[in-house]
Amino acid sequence: MHALWPLAAVGAAAICGIVSAAGIEDGEERSGVDFMTPETQALQADDMSNPGMLWVLQGEQLWQQAEGRADVACAGCHDDASQTMRGVAARYSAFDAATERPIDLAGRINSCRAERQQAEPLAPESDALLALTAYVAHQSRGMPITPATDARLAPFRDNGRRLFQSRIGQLELSCASCHDDDWGKRLGGSVIPQAHPTGYPLFRLEWQTVGSLQRRLRNCMIGVRAEPLDLELHLTERARGLLVETPAVRP
Amino acid sequence: MACLALKGLLLAASPGAGEEVGSYAVTGDAIMEPLVGGKGDPARGAALISDRQRSLCTLCHSGPFPDAHLHGTLAPDLTGVGARLSEGQIRLRVVDMKRLVPNTIMPSYYRVEDEQGRRVATVWRSKPILSGDDILDIGAYLTTLKG
Ligand code: HEC
Ligand code: HEC
Ligand code: HEC
Repeated sequence: MHALWPLAAVGAAAICGIVSAAGIEDGEERSGVDFMTPETQALQADDMSNPGMLWVLQGEQLWQQAEGRADVACAGCHDDASQTMRGVAARYSAFDAATERPIDLAGRINSCRAERQQAEPLAPESDALLALTAYVAHQSRGMPITPATDARLAPFRDNGRRLFQSRIGQLELSCASCHDDDWGKRLGGSVIPQAHPTGYPLFRLEWQTVGSLQRRLRNCMIGVRAEPLDLELHLTERARGLLVETPAVRP
Repeated sequence: MACLALKGLLLAASPGAGEEVGSYAVTGDAIMEPLVGGKGDPARGAALISDRQRSLCTLCHSGPFPDAHLHGTLAPDLTGVGARLSEGQIRLRVVDMKRLVPNTIMPSYYRVEDEQGRRVATVWRSKPILSGDDILDIGAYLTTLKG
């Protein structure tokens, strides 16, 4: 389960030679859920046993709760999340005109909290932010991932693709070395999945809690500010058509 | 963020090598001369191969090593490698597999060239992954694997 830690040396992260990666062939895209043991699959599939559902339920409560100087709840503006938030997570991340950068779902939620509710932003990886994000993303469960086509995202996504394919760190491995070229094989005791961000925020057994895709990437390898979001855009593009699973469970 | 990455790095392996890389001569697909003097210690080599923090070998390779269920399947099984390859051939493969297979995922364990642009973290910079002594011991062990 800790197989990745040793290879985190790759994480000193940056760009050098670009390796041409064969990539995953059309029709061969598979979610991480397909590479898990039947026990872990069962844990994800059953809402009564999926520990991520606790965060979704907490998010449902927070959705209804008035907050901030505006004293208004998410529901005050967005009403019934099952209607208004359906499909949102399936097309995130989006381009944020205010900062002229990509913004992920958690970032978007926090900007509503700061600007619309006029409340203190929630800390990254805090239970409350993970809960709201899981609740919003859960409204897209079962829908195919269809990344935003906004042209302003293209340079960031291209940067993410370059990072994904660059050999970095002392061990000179790229994300693509494992996730494009060698998925399905085993690194130590762990099967290498294709690295599709289908189920975030998700419950990771190794963490014993729910975490974001950003946490997963940081953990995996990346130590360079801002770049994980670019990587996220590329990952989402690679996962086009796969179904949203939030809250997923992973080993 | 940098902190977390660094934590990963420290867990990654003790930066034990910490030495300069010496020069060596490649003959065909082998390094005939040992990198350092002295006699290799096969028992220490065996322990090093199974060390998932430092050598990482078994994350990719299987072979006649402990904890078979934790062996990777990214690389050839090393059973019988001592019958397939000479000590000098093994040495070059561990030192710098990229000379033989430019696109290989196997790390070059005794090479620090071309570091610029790869942003190797400070603790690792200018250090080979394994020392000459480590490679001597690993070679001494792998040559005993005759089948
Ligand atoms: C005072 C009104 C208001 C409140 C309160 C509010 N929002 Fe929003 N929210 C908006 C508006 C306006 C938009 C922009 C809609 C658009 O761009 O089409 C938006 C956009 C969003 C989006 C992006 C939707 C998309 O299609 O890209 C999400 C997700 C979201 N809000 C979640 C939340 C959450 C979670 C909360 C509570 C923590 C919240 N909002 C509170 C007004 C509000
Ligand atoms: C040497 C192999 C290797 C490299 C290099 C690697 N990964 Fe991974 N990755 C794995 C393995 C193995 C897992 C599954 C770990 C587990 O189940 O504990 C994984 C899991 C993931 C996941 C979780 C997928 C899911 O289903 O939720 C993502 C996302 C990911 N990697 C992205 C990346 C990115 C981005 C990079 C490069 C910065 C990278 N990986 C580099 C081996 C690798
Ligand atoms: C990240 C993966 C990885 C790691 C870690 C790794 N190797 Fe390898 N190794 C490979 C691959 C892949 C090959 C096959 C060469 C190729 O086609 O790229 C290989 C080939 C070899 C060979 C030649 C085998 C033969 O039968 O021809 C030897 C010997 C070897 N490795 C020893 C080691 C030792 C010793 C270590 C640790 C000190 C190690 N490897 C670590 C991936 C790895």
